[in-house]
Amino acid sequence: MALLTIRNLTVTFDTSAGPFKAVDGIDLAIAPREVLAIVGESGSGKSVAMLAVMGLLPPTATVTADEMSFNGQDLLALPAAAKRRIIGREISMIFQEPMASLNPCFTVGFQLQEVLRQHLGLSRADAHARAVELFTAVGIPNPADRLQSYPHQMSGGQCQRVMIAIAIACNPKLLIADEPTTALDVTIQKQILDLLCDLQITQDMALIMITHDMGVVAETADRVIVQYKGRKMEEADVLSLFQSPQNPYTRALLSALPENATGKRLTTVADFMRDLDAQSGVAP
Amino acid sequence: MTVPVLEGRNITRNYASGGGLFARAKSVQALKGISFAVQRGQTLAIVGESGCGKSTLARIITLIDPASSGELLLDGQAIAIGTAALPREVRRKVQIVFQNPYGSLNPRQKVGDMLMEQLLLNTDHTAAERRELALGMLQKVNLLPEHFNRYPHMFSGGQRQRLAIARALMVNPQLLVLDEPVSALDLSVQAQVLNLLADLQDEFNLTYVFISHDLSVVRYIADHVMVMYQGEVVESGSRDAVFTNPQHAYTRTLFAATPQSDVASIRARVQRRAMRHDL
Repeated sequence: MALLTIRNLTVTFDTSAGPFKAVDGIDLAIAPREVLAIVGESGSGKSVAMLAVMGLLPPTATVTADEMSFNGQDLLALPAAAKRRIIGREISMIFQEPMASLNPCFTVGFQLQEVLRQHLGLSRADAHARAVELFTAVGIPNPADRLQSYPHQMSGGQCQRVMIAIAIACNPKLLIADEPTTALDVTIQKQILDLLCDLQITQDMALIMITHDMGVVAETADRVIVQYKGRKMEEADVLSLFQSPQNPYTRALLSALPENATGKRLTTVADFMRDLDAQSGVAP
Repeated sequence: MTVPVLEGRNITRNYASGGGLFARAKSVQALKGISFAVQRGQTLAIVGESGCGKSTLARIITLIDPASSGELLLDGQAIAIGTAALPREVRRKVQIVFQNPYGSLNPRQKVGDMLMEQLLLNTDHTAAERRELALGMLQKVNLLPEHFNRYPHMFSGGQRQRLAIARALMVNPQLLVLDEPVSALDLSVQAQVLNLLADLQDEFNLTYVFISHDLSVVRYIADHVMVMYQGEVVESGSRDAVFTNPQHAYTRTLFAATPQSDVASIRARVQRRAMRHDL
């Protein structure tokens, strides 16, 4: 049975130029302990779809769906208080800019213990012990000392580890990672991706990776959804996607990779999409 | 052997940090003796992680900051901006394109004015000539004449990066320093900008110093590669030599960390994962 099921999700933003459909009829299902990658360029609606699940969109957004259920519970019908008990506890999320996601005014230890006390009702001492445990799990050296640090005293990679510790604090069933390594160096990116894949197995959780980087997809995913202008273009397991991409957009993305360059010129997605947009009637 | 367009000999750069009434200032050496040379029409890629000094080096090459010691030669002529003022003809030879096109363009200046300002400050062209040259440059970077009177916020990230390139090229430089020019861009837009850079290099016989941490981009665009780590050059050579036979441990670490997207490595990873799940 699927852990998270979404059918026909549409997100519309009210803008001064009229309504804008950021997500247009997306279907998605993720099984327990699965790694799903959602890949697309900026503006493809990949983050917006997941923010809609988390309920983190601004009031100008209208979310409609035929179904949005998590672990048998209907997220659309659930009252806010009940939804708050799921979000952050059973579904949690990490973001692109680790420095910007942490509060600069509080120590990282305080921010981690806040989650533990709020969601699990742990005592101060228990929360501290569990925080040390979590910092060890995400590979932060001297965990007890580092709890006292403020975000500005840590590097980008360390901050992302703190974010991951906060996200997995309540043993979530689903972790959504929104471009978790885009702001990081390659060597640090590798460490964070390895950590996420390890935790996914040891913590028995499902993982949704939102990314624009085909390399990250290749290194982490079981299954891949390719999104373009709010619509799903292709869904396939990772091997068949790279081996025999079916959709022209997926083929365009793969041929735009510098390592797949033939000769001196790269194929751009625009070359592919001009024809396709004309056929399918998507506004360019 | 022709004279290299750009040559650095044993360049160092120190930054002072801390210090006060009672504490002595500490000195951090960001560059520890860097030497390199680039021939006309070639691309030198500088690779390294954040904090390795590659942007410090970019600022020295672009004649923004002086080096603490060492020699910088442009067209075989030694340049020392720390001690002597430079004629503007020399400054025109080197231009830079920064990483973030959202931060590097003035939001209150129209695109046309931005391009023409370069000519106003650096050349003796008349207003009509400046306008003509700016319109011509817009077309060179695949933008349209109607973009001339627009503001930067009306452009996408890829278009802005093309504007930044256009601005750098207005004064006919010989050397273009590209500081992570595509790392803020989407894959498809990245391909467009890289193609444009290749076309412009052919057309104007430009020399590029291309700073990046993305090895797949470097492999595509570079002729020579210089790998930096903690202010030192740990490896330097032709692209093929560095990529096929990396000598230094840090270079190998970098390669190992780069995501593999070929089918064989994906298959191997999927199999490893299936085995871990069974345990």
